[in-house]
Amino acid sequence: MLAAISHQARHTLFEIQYGVHLTLGSVWAVFTDFRRRDVVEQMDILGAGSFGIVALTGLFAGMAMGLQFTVELSVYGAKDYLGKMVTVSIIRELGPVLTALMVAGRVCSGMASELGVMKVGRQVDALKVMGINPVAKLVMPRMLAVLIMLPVLTVLADAVAVVGGYFAGAVVGKLSWSTYWAAVDQGLTVQNLVGGVVKPVVFAWIIGAVGCTSGLLSEGGTRGVGRATTQAVVKASILILISNFIVGFVVLKMLGWA
Amino acid sequence: MIRFEQVNFSYEDETQILHDVTLQIPNCSTLALLGASGSGKSTLFHVLLGLLKPQSGRVLVDDMDIVPLKERKLTEVRRRMGVVFQDGALFDSLTVGENVSFHMRECMDLSEEEMEARVQEGLDYVGLGHAMDMMPGELSGGMRRRVAVARAMAAFQPAIMLYDEPTSGLDPITADTICDLIRKVSTEECLTSIIITHRLKDAFKVADRVALFKDGRVYYEGTPESLMDSDDEYIQRFVA
Repeated sequence: MLAAISHQARHTLFEIQYGVHLTLGSVWAVFTDFRRRDVVEQMDILGAGSFGIVALTGLFAGMAMGLQFTVELSVYGAKDYLGKMVTVSIIRELGPVLTALMVAGRVCSGMASELGVMKVGRQVDALKVMGINPVAKLVMPRMLAVLIMLPVLTVLADAVAVVGGYFAGAVVGKLSWSTYWAAVDQGLTVQNLVGGVVKPVVFAWIIGAVGCTSGLLSEGGTRGVGRATTQAVVKASILILISNFIVGFVVLKMLGWA
Repeated sequence: MIRFEQVNFSYEDETQILHDVTLQIPNCSTLALLGASGSGKSTLFHVLLGLLKPQSGRVLVDDMDIVPLKERKLTEVRRRMGVVFQDGALFDSLTVGENVSFHMRECMDLSEEEMEARVQEGLDYVGLGHAMDMMPGELSGGMRRRVAVARAMAAFQPAIMLYDEPTSGLDPITADTICDLIRKVSTEECLTSIIITHRLKDAFKVADRVALFKDGRVYYEGTPESLMDSDDEYIQRFVA
């Protein structure tokens, strides 16, 4: 039992070490071996390909929140504040987290399986033999693409969710667009926007690092790749939820709100 | 000339894979590495590529010990080697032509016309001139290996060719075709070649010398014919 725990702990430490190694290697590659075409290609695959599901997630999350808040705020005669409530909740918390979870499900698994297949199929070794740095060719473009695209996707999800909140408020609470928008405007403060932008950057690093690490450490043939893919999504999702609390706390502390 | 001098390698869990391996492969000759699964052939292959670092011993490529080399220097050494991995290790998302031109596109400053000409020449050489626009998924096992040979040859003129079980999983006729291609490449280009194989027939067809591995040690080294003539019990069982 103890031996199993010790083995798992060592393996986890090794994974963390490898993730940091890939991150630093990617930073180095940005300055020494930048591959613009690969980055743009990954931005298209990872980012543009996620627009649909992220917009859909944002719309229905915003509508669900709008629905619940309208009912509760109406009890206190405060439904005019719906826009602010939805905006603050979405920008600070739900927008970044839901977007990151959706992208983790779609992109992290894709990264892990693609790199895993390349690893077990010896394509990564083939790259090394050709004198091509696998971190610069495979990892850096994916990490950079998700770092650029996740904040963009989060802003999109936030915007769609706020509009979704209005639909629910208008249908259930008979709220006018001008009243709703005036409240939204109150919620769009610099402090809220800062928190909403910092989180996606951290989540993007988690998605990129976990996806690439899981893929490049996978072994044991196709079964190993399948296992690595599943674990990548689970690990990334858990880390996103944990870091959401930590980053949220740090941001509030820095802004003097906690 | 490739020389392994008393090479020892063990993994982190201290399982020793290679024990005092000493081998010499003269220029323009072909050595077949034979042995049962887990006998250390592939590990030696990875050591030669610099993908694994031995704990002791020297690996000399044209008198340069590659063991202490850093990645950048190793890359220069690797550029003199063409490698055909098991099953070809082709990039599945690229066409055959893109696979063959991959290294040129990534690392060389060639025009599209020059690249296309070199790719066509490489594919013609392995008898797959018609397959330029096909995807690896559409190729048979034998065709994949031939594309891998074209890829290894196309980018730079290698002095050393390494083949990791190039005939595994192939039917006897296709395997013979691959062996013929290996022989042709080695003799026409005067390459130093190492081939890992389980099939004795391949060794006879392509190799000047064979090295039989057992438990990480070179159990026997000599010509394929002398291997067959040996009355050693293990060798007899292996060749039977």
